[in-house]
Amino acid sequence: MGEFKVHRVRFFDYMPSAISAMAFNVHTERLAVARADGTVEIYNFADNCFQEKVIPGKDGRTVEALCWAGQRLFSTGLNGEIVEYDLENLRSKYTVEAYGGPVWTISSNSQGTQLAVGCEDGTVKIFELVEDSIQFQSNFDRLKSRVLSLSWHPSGTQIAAGTMDMIRVFNVTTGHATQRMMVDRAAGANKKKEVAVWSVVFLSDNTVISGDSAGKVQVWDSQMGTLIRTHLVTKWDVMALAVSRDESSLLAGTSEGSVVQFQFISARLDQPDKEWQRTRTLRSHSHDVRALVHTDTAAVSGGNDAHLVVRPFMEKVVKGSKESAPCKITFPHRSLVSCGKKAGILLFQFPERLEVWRLGETHCVYACSLQGDDHICCSTLSPCGGWLAYASASSVRLFQLQYDNDSIALTKVKLPKVLRWANQLCFSADSSRLFASFSQSSVLVFALSKSEAKYVHTLKPKSGETTAVHLMSTSDDGQWLATANSDCEVHVYNLKKLKYHCTVPVYGSCPSAMAIHPTGSNVVMVHADQKYSLEQKEYTEWSRSLAKKGLHGSWLNRVAPVTHVSFSASNPDYIILHDMNMFCIIDKSLPLPEKDSDLCNQNQLRSMNEAARVKDSHAFKICEMFKNLLCVGLMEDHSLVVVERPLLDIATRLPAPVRQKKFAT
Amino acid sequence: MVAHADTRVVHRGGSKINFRAPVITQDSRFLICVSGECIKVFSTSTEECIHHLQGHKELVTGLVLNPSNHLQVFSCSEDGTIRLWDFTDGILIRVTLLRILSMHVSAKGDVFLVMPVKRNKKEKFGLVSLNLPPSVEQHVMVKGHTIVFQSVSTDPKCIAFGQGGEYVASVKDNVLHVYFLNKKTFYRFALGTSGEMAARNAFTCVACHPKDDCIATGHGDGKIRLWRNFNQEKEYTFSTVHWHHSGVNALCFTPEGTNLLSGGLESVLVQWRYGQEGQKDFLPRLGSSIKEIVVSPDGSLFCTSHTDNKITVIKNCTKVSAVIQGLVHGDGVKTALMVDPRTKALVLNGKPGHLQFYSLQRDQQLYNLDIVQQEYINQSNLDQFEVVKAALDSRGSWLATVEQRSAKEVEISLKLWAFDEHTQSFVLNTTISAPHDGPISEICFSPSSQNSTTLVSVSLDGHFKAWQLTQPDPSDDEEASWSCDFVGDYHSLEPKCCCFSADGSLLAVSFKEVVTVWSPASWDLLTTLSQPPGAIQDLCFGRLSCSKYLLGATDKNLCCWNLLTCSLEWSTALDVSLLLADPLSENVAAFCGAEKTTDLFVFRPSEPRPHFSQQALCTGRVTRAVFAPRDEPLDGCEESSQWLNRSQLYFLTHNMELLTFLTKPEEERLMALSKQVPTIDDSVAMTPFYLLLGKHRKRVPCNDEADDSRLWGESWNFGVPNLAPGNHVMSSCVSSMCLLRDEEQPTEVEMESEKEEEDSEEEGASVPPRPEHESSDTGAKLGPVLTKAEHRELRGVKKLDYSWIRGLVTSNPVVNTTKQMVKTPKQRVKTPKPMAKTPKPMVKTPKPMVKTTKPMVETTNP
Repeated sequence: MGEFKVHRVRFFDYMPSAISAMAFNVHTERLAVARADGTVEIYNFADNCFQEKVIPGKDGRTVEALCWAGQRLFSTGLNGEIVEYDLENLRSKYTVEAYGGPVWTISSNSQGTQLAVGCEDGTVKIFELVEDSIQFQSNFDRLKSRVLSLSWHPSGTQIAAGTMDMIRVFNVTTGHATQRMMVDRAAGANKKKEVAVWSVVFLSDNTVISGDSAGKVQVWDSQMGTLIRTHLVTKWDVMALAVSRDESSLLAGTSEGSVVQFQFISARLDQPDKEWQRTRTLRSHSHDVRALVHTDTAAVSGGNDAHLVVRPFMEKVVKGSKESAPCKITFPHRSLVSCGKKAGILLFQFPERLEVWRLGETHCVYACSLQGDDHICCSTLSPCGGWLAYASASSVRLFQLQYDNDSIALTKVKLPKVLRWANQLCFSADSSRLFASFSQSSVLVFALSKSEAKYVHTLKPKSGETTAVHLMSTSDDGQWLATANSDCEVHVYNLKKLKYHCTVPVYGSCPSAMAIHPTGSNVVMVHADQKYSLEQKEYTEWSRSLAKKGLHGSWLNRVAPVTHVSFSASNPDYIILHDMNMFCIIDKSLPLPEKDSDLCNQNQLRSMNEAARVKDSHAFKICEMFKNLLCVGLMEDHSLVVVERPLLDIATRLPAPVRQKKFAT
Repeated sequence: MVAHADTRVVHRGGSKINFRAPVITQDSRFLICVSGECIKVFSTSTEECIHHLQGHKELVTGLVLNPSNHLQVFSCSEDGTIRLWDFTDGILIRVTLLRILSMHVSAKGDVFLVMPVKRNKKEKFGLVSLNLPPSVEQHVMVKGHTIVFQSVSTDPKCIAFGQGGEYVASVKDNVLHVYFLNKKTFYRFALGTSGEMAARNAFTCVACHPKDDCIATGHGDGKIRLWRNFNQEKEYTFSTVHWHHSGVNALCFTPEGTNLLSGGLESVLVQWRYGQEGQKDFLPRLGSSIKEIVVSPDGSLFCTSHTDNKITVIKNCTKVSAVIQGLVHGDGVKTALMVDPRTKALVLNGKPGHLQFYSLQRDQQLYNLDIVQQEYINQSNLDQFEVVKAALDSRGSWLATVEQRSAKEVEISLKLWAFDEHTQSFVLNTTISAPHDGPISEICFSPSSQNSTTLVSVSLDGHFKAWQLTQPDPSDDEEASWSCDFVGDYHSLEPKCCCFSADGSLLAVSFKEVVTVWSPASWDLLTTLSQPPGAIQDLCFGRLSCSKYLLGATDKNLCCWNLLTCSLEWSTALDVSLLLADPLSENVAAFCGAEKTTDLFVFRPSEPRPHFSQQALCTGRVTRAVFAPRDEPLDGCEESSQWLNRSQLYFLTHNMELLTFLTKPEEERLMALSKQVPTIDDSVAMTPFYLLLGKHRKRVPCNDEADDSRLWGESWNFGVPNLAPGNHVMSSCVSSMCLLRDEEQPTEVEMESEKEEEDSEEEGASVPPRPEHESSDTGAKLGPVLTKAEHRELRGVKKLDYSWIRGLVTSNPVVNTTKQMVKTPKQRVKTPKPMAKTPKPMVKTPKPMVKTTKPMVETTNP
């Protein structure tokens, strides 16, 4: 398959931000994840946990709680605002001031008609959902201390609120508290410290389960206001609780990083009376578990160590299937690195700044930080390295790069007013045009000349599509532009004629990477479920044979989606793609791997003789030498740039975890 | 000679009481545990052994309380029988089966056994359910049984019966099986079985909650898993708790199910709160690693059995209230087996760094002597000091020990301990660090003189050293201490073993193939003997009349030298692993390693024909054995068991089981005694004292001995089904007889020894001395008395006939007898005087021995 000169880049010190809240929409199987920098990410659990949408954060906006109300997503934070998100254009829709100080929690009733928020001043406020907005409805009896957690009874008539030292049950219609349940403080030295009830869960049988800062998970009878059972789970805090839909299983996330499962089972096999028994302990985090979701098949947890961990329950999934593989998502499923192929420079995207590095040099040649509150949502570098563009929720900026020896000077180029924001930016191969995807899947085309950008045209898909574009790709000859959106549609435009060309037949899984072949004018798409297709108006021969034969089992069982596709300039048959753990070169000329053969056989092949090597080699050539890949790019001079971000480096930059007694220390 | 039907090898004394989990009776007053072939009943409050339940012919392998009658206990044995005992009386049922490895009783009272099940020609162990017919007959044959499980572990800890006896949980390797007996449904739960995980996940034990449907399993990595919902193929669930750092050896729920007890290597009893596993209590420092945990039915007593053959009774979850200590079977006994002349106790390695004194008569540990006097750290791959050699002098007033640590360089120290009459224990007198440059291969005391004794240590550094007690200057306040008296070597060869003659006038030290004989008085090298090929492995002087013989064993041959002629008397091809001379008779026991098994020959050096031989005594080589003098000589009449009359032979097999020989008359006497009706109320713990008193009370009406014995005889024949507290009745009975006899015997002995003295002096040139009193004991049964001339002739004939060896050792071809051997040695008759006198001190010893036993009783208590 040939040899490459490899630039192994480890100076991109990307830090994923801590996960602070999660909400799962059972009907659409979408998981919303909020991070400490205010970013909200939407993962599609029906599609291999693919990160479908990213809504960039904003300075000063923290997200303490997230909640779905039907298809609408709300968040609250310590700035005292309630935010609704525009999931189509990936921006915040509007904000509503709650007027109760910092808001700790938000929860919607199961009917999706009302929102309850818990505020620092001890009030629980009810908002009514109206079309395109929310409206303040009522205040409950004011409590003496902040409301940290809320949970609606499934019937929507009662709310349990966890505060300091106490749990209150409110009647929603009257707004009066009906029960008061005092939570014990920790024993010993922490006796004087107030107990914070970080999480409550209200079950349909009127049981309230609470998790508190003294490390207890307690089961209460809300009708009598009595304690039924106490489970001491940890010495530290129980930060999060999550209950399964059938209310037979409960998860509790602790500050130690462990997730403890409780199950509602009977002590005697033949008897119906059940109780909550502690069963499993899952240890997948090094730091606090801040947010938890109990899906039907898996426990999803996230916390201060920024990993999103999906741990399936073995009894709920088929063994050996794709669902049964535990999955740990650390890096975003889109590229934060862009390469200037010809100039040998790299652009790294951070939430609040950009860095330009030149290969072979040991320091950052240029760093620019963002003006304004909004975080960067996308950035790109032209292949020639002469242009740089980035976009945030409020602005799009274009720069021209000028090189003098060691340093780089940037000059801002004015963009026409038409473009207020963009979801995705892309330069054409000859760097003469800039494409920016705008609302409703439309793509704006700008012509770039010496020092100005001129609006040329708006490309629109045929169907009235509305979702945002997350992938864009142009062909090397400048004839084609392909866009992919999160509705799994891929549109191809003819740039010569500046018109819509065709739509690729819709496949059930979202494309995670896409590229247009430099010579054959084929589109290569890699889908999140590891399938992939090639087409130009119709599927190619290779694609058909691929579809007929099916992909290799162990390829399909890979967890991390492919995040980048490119082509070899020397051999048109080679497709280079990579995900977080490996990069792979697919040789279209070789036969596809057989079902029972070993997929990763490169090491084996090396030890074989020539004849056997030819016999055993197949199209997929996988290299697992590099770990934790953020980007693999092929440069003009046929060298490979590998951007790695070792997880250990990330772990060392995290704050120290809570002290745990380890054996023999 | 063939194996003798009237003598059999038994586990007697020092058996493992931790082989199976003990049983606590319903009222928590008694603790029943297995002990070799018998079952012992202990009082939980006084630690006293109350009954011996005897009847099994093989190792007892299981013990369970009868759920339908809490005054009865089931036991099963490798002899294929199940017996039901009433703690005090005898056999109720008898089932003929194959090897039974353990047994269980579910809460409903069904009996289950673990026994071999043939399947696909491979021997597996199956769980078999048994329906015991409700018969009143004493012996019941049970034929119908159904196999419940095909492959189970033989360890009873790996099978547990669930709440209400509805299901059985069995663990083996990495799989938990649950079988519902009523529904006949079967569930299998496997844990990760690949690679390293498999070893760590392996199940070690299982316990079922008595009220809830919860199964607790212990694992090799120290985790405890609590399984619930196990009637679901997929939706089963378990929670894990982890405290032990190495495998969980035992698990047990308390009767109400509120607590779970676990134990392992850490020797800490951990008490988990059921339902709140985060909270736990510990009872640390239990001495050694926990093997089993048992809780009394009322929950007030816990009982842990430990790997060092100890059972600890714990009261109220917190306090150790009683410790029942058996013979400690360490990983390996490094020291030779010895008998303490004062206490008649067996002395050998005990706990790490200790010597234990174990009374075989009472089957009880007397005390532990801390030799190393260092903290023992329970950690693998840690080199620690071990007691490798020990020797007691003939009067029991000195003890020499060698401790060794082989870290990088060998560290050795030799310690000498003096017996302190005041404290009745050994007190350290002298510590000699680095007595030799190399490991010490043997030490021995000279048996001789009254006030000064010599210790000889033989080391692989090429020297042997003699140590003597030197009296300090009267001006100094210092006590007498030991110092080196002589360093000997021989052509810088490595010495291997040493041996003093019975009178201490000769010392034999073997250097490779050469045996050197030294005079301890002058330290002159008297002679050398050699019979190549093969280095000498063991040396032993003949005793009494045979004291002119020196026996040496190489790895192929057994040689006998005559020290008067300094020539080889005879030799034969035998792979001797251990040579042992009985101090009270001429008999020498030779343990010979055949293929994987050990044969035993007992012979006199002067006679070519062995008195006794037994092939395939046990598997593995026997390297430790001892002749323990009997308190009371037996009057066995069978020729083949005569050698057991004065001493009893104990030996350790390679898996550290202490075995001995039981003659038929002895056995019969024991059985008869054990069948005596118990006349004592259960409410009073039966102590020997009580028995003695009770017997005396009984004895009051009848004055003469004959009547008494008749009465006893009657009581033995009467009431067959009942079993009795054998040992104590016997011992007290015997001791009462002792009293009677002692009145007469001393004078007898005195007379005899006088006669002997005369004999030996006049016989100086004629017949080798022979203890007359022995022949007076046994001679009557031997048949017509032979004249001396006849004797000599007969012996000459016997000497020529070596064919017995061929009959015995078919595998080992007979060595062609050398000319020296064939020649009837004329010189043989010339016995040196000091040797001839040897019998005298030996005869006199019994009397002081009886006296010393008494103070020893006191020492056990603190």
